[in-house]
Order: sequence, then C-alpha cells, then structure tokens
Amino acid sequence: MPATRLLVGTAKGAFVLESDAARRNWNINGPFFGGWEIYHMKGSPADPDRIYASQTSAWFGQVIQRSDDGGKTWEAVGNEFRYDGETGQHLWYDGTQHPWEFKRVWHLEPSADDPDVVYAGVEDAALFKTKDGGRSWQELPGLRQHGTGPKWQPGAGGMCLHTILVSPDDPQKIYIAISAAGAFRSDDGGASWKPINKGLKSEYIPDPDAEVGHCVHRIAMHPSRSNILFMQKHWDVMRSDDGGDNWREVSGNLPTDFGFAIDVHAHEPDTIYVIPIKSDSEHYPPEGKLRVYRSRKGGEEWEALTQGLPQEHCYVNVLRDAMAVDRHDPCGIYFGTTGGQVYVSADAGDTWTAAARDLPKVLSVEVQTLS
Amino acid sequence: MIRVVLPTHLRVLARIQDEVALELAGEISLGDIIDALEEKYPVLRGTIRDPQTGQRRALVRFFACEEDYSNRAPQTSVPAAVASGQEPLFIVGAIAGG
Repeated sequence: MPATRLLVGTAKGAFVLESDAARRNWNINGPFFGGWEIYHMKGSPADPDRIYASQTSAWFGQVIQRSDDGGKTWEAVGNEFRYDGETGQHLWYDGTQHPWEFKRVWHLEPSADDPDVVYAGVEDAALFKTKDGGRSWQELPGLRQHGTGPKWQPGAGGMCLHTILVSPDDPQKIYIAISAAGAFRSDDGGASWKPINKGLKSEYIPDPDAEVGHCVHRIAMHPSRSNILFMQKHWDVMRSDDGGDNWREVSGNLPTDFGFAIDVHAHEPDTIYVIPIKSDSEHYPPEGKLRVYRSRKGGEEWEALTQGLPQEHCYVNVLRDAMAVDRHDPCGIYFGTTGGQVYVSADAGDTWTAAARDLPKVLSVEVQTLS
Repeated sequence: MIRVVLPTHLRVLARIQDEVALELAGEISLGDIIDALEEKYPVLRGTIRDPQTGQRRALVRFFACEEDYSNRAPQTSVPAAVASGQEPLFIVGAIAGG
C-alpha cells in the first residue's frame, strides 16, 4: 500500500497520485471520468479506501462517484440534491431576488468516524448530508432558511458552499463558508446556524461590516484547536480565536492579501500557509513568482517559500480547494494550479517539487496519509 | 423496440457499449423513451433532464429522423420510424464552447 495518496480533481477528470512516505516519486493514475469536471474528491478518515468524488458537467449535471478500493474502481451513487421545504430566494447579480437552483457539489466532507456519512456543500449554497454512503442526500435546511438567505449573493464562481469543517472534539460543532455570504457555525449538528462574520470588512459590499455578504474563500482549522480558525477572504487573511465569534486581520507583511487557499500544518497549530494572488481581477501570483507564504505565529509575520517553485513568468492561480497537508513527519504540503501542476513539499514548505506538471486545470487537491 | 444513441459521456457513465434497445410499443412519446431509459439505467437519472422539474437539461439535444425534437413537449410522439426501431433517437450533447 502506498504511504501517501493524492486525490486531484481537475477540469477534465480525476487523478490519483501515489507515493511512499518520502514523497519524491509519484505514480499518476487516471484520468478517471475524463472530460468531466471533478470539483472535489476526499477519502474517509474512517476507511481510507472509501473515496467520494463530485463529478459534474455543464451538459449532464451532477454525478457522485464512490470508490471502495482506494480509487481503482468507482461506482456512481446518488445524484439527487433536492432542497428541503421552501426553495427561497437569494440576491442575484442584478440586485433582484432569484430562486435557489441546484447546480453542482463543490465540496465533500466525509465524517471522521463513519465512512457512510458525508456532508456535501453545493451551489446554490446549501448543506446536504448522506448517511448511506452517498446513495441518498438530505438537506440540512436550517442553514439556508435561518433568515439571512435573501442577502446571500453569488460571487464570480457562483453561490457556492465550499468549506465544511466539523470539530473533531465535538461533531455537533460545524463551520461552513459560502461565497458570497460568509461564515456560519452550527452548535447542534447542523440543525440551526448563525452567521459568524464579526470583524470582517469587505469594501465591495454596501455595508463593509455587514452581518452577511462577505466573500469568504476558505477557512482552515487545526484538528486539535477547533476554536481557532484561519480565513482567506476575497481580500484579507483573518483569524478567529473564539470559534468565529470575532475575527481580526493577520495579513501582516504578505505581498497581497488576496488569495483562495489556506491551510494549517498538521503538527504545528500555529503554522499556516497561504498562496497570495495579485488581485481579484489578476488571478496570478504577484511579480510572476509562485510563492507559498508560511507564518509560524498564526499570522501577521510571513515568510516566502520559493525553493523549487517558478520565480519568473508564472501566471497560474491556485483555487480554494487546491491545497492540502498530510500527517507525515515532516508534514507535507500540496497544491495544484490552474496550469495543471501539482507541487509537493515533503519538508513543511522549505523545498518543492512537481508531482505532475501537465494535468488539466486543477480544481482540488486532497491528500491521504496511509501509513 | 426503440433504439437510442447516447453521447459518449453517458455511455461511459452507464457502461453501455453501443446503442440502447428499449422494449416499448405502440404510440411512443419522447417522455416515454426517457422514462424507460432511466428505468433501465438509473445512473442516467438527472443527466438528461432535471430530476425535479423534468425539464431537458439546457445542453442536451434530441434528434430524430434528421429533425430537432429538443424543444418539443415530452408528450410529443416520436416519428413512426423511431417508434418501429427503423431509426434511432439521438440524444446529443449540444455544441458549446470554442
């Protein structure tokens, strides 16, 4: 069995990359589901051979795939995501109200202890759950219906629920994030929700510190400290020390605080990673230099990690679900680019190599630590 | 017997090698064919039409006897040549993109 398995979703199919614990040489398997967009793949922590994939297409809609053998073979399971109760309306691009319409699954979050239980974050934003291994999906409607829904609006990529974090020490506590609505927390397993956006400032909405409407790109959490959250917002890198009740900016000396991906070192809860992107219209690294930035102090003070990454003429983007960390020691950091490269650091970001260079546009990267 | 030709992506998804043969007889509508197709291959549910509204997906087309049936109502009868199996119903992914 390989020690490390990378699950790479791309705009034209899925790839499964395998390596040993050294993480230098990679076998690339795929493409699976060639021609389809694979928004996200993720393995079950309870059964690493159980992997779920969101397969989608503008032509043929949503398919959920499931593997029970570590990604060698796949079975299509349930693909019906029916909003529960009143469909409701949200803010549309032109300022009018627009009915919720299911488009695709952005993120799949398997339960820590039951391979048949998975949360799904979808566009238009809602949270679904399966308890039967993906055969059927039920909405947790308390999120969409808690009251602020008419003020949510789609970002450029659609109105997507893209982040799902379940607290390891209390599975009743769930964080989610939506572009462009903001972050929300449930303390009762998803039955009821409240916005947790105090401290966020977004100049692109009429009231910069509104309760909802913020374009949160990603939230990350270390499993040992579920009250401390790190956020890459449309602009600004933010931190909360109280479960999202209050946020403060920790962008510090970053060359730009726009970006999509953010993650936390597996063994150092205060070591965090972002990949700064020049601006919301220039979706590429500043100065054409692909740099991961690491803070060992939970933000504010950042260092550029460049060794092995292109430092000239690089104009790729790194999307919100395209960075991951493994649990090896030293911790491995991974990210995929819109140019089809998958970069790996087996030493917590100090040096980088490419596990793949010519895949389709990478939409998501997840990693499984198998031994 | 009705013959249906599916686009490559749906053949791969449903693990179908070639044309689909559906046992239908008499006056047959477009909707009857999609119903029978989804009954035989449940994995295709939601890929041709919306599972909740029944609306054809925007980038899927239905062609029969060199005519576009995409915007016909589901109750529309298919041509006699399709109903008899002489000609297939083509389900096609629309041209989109560059």
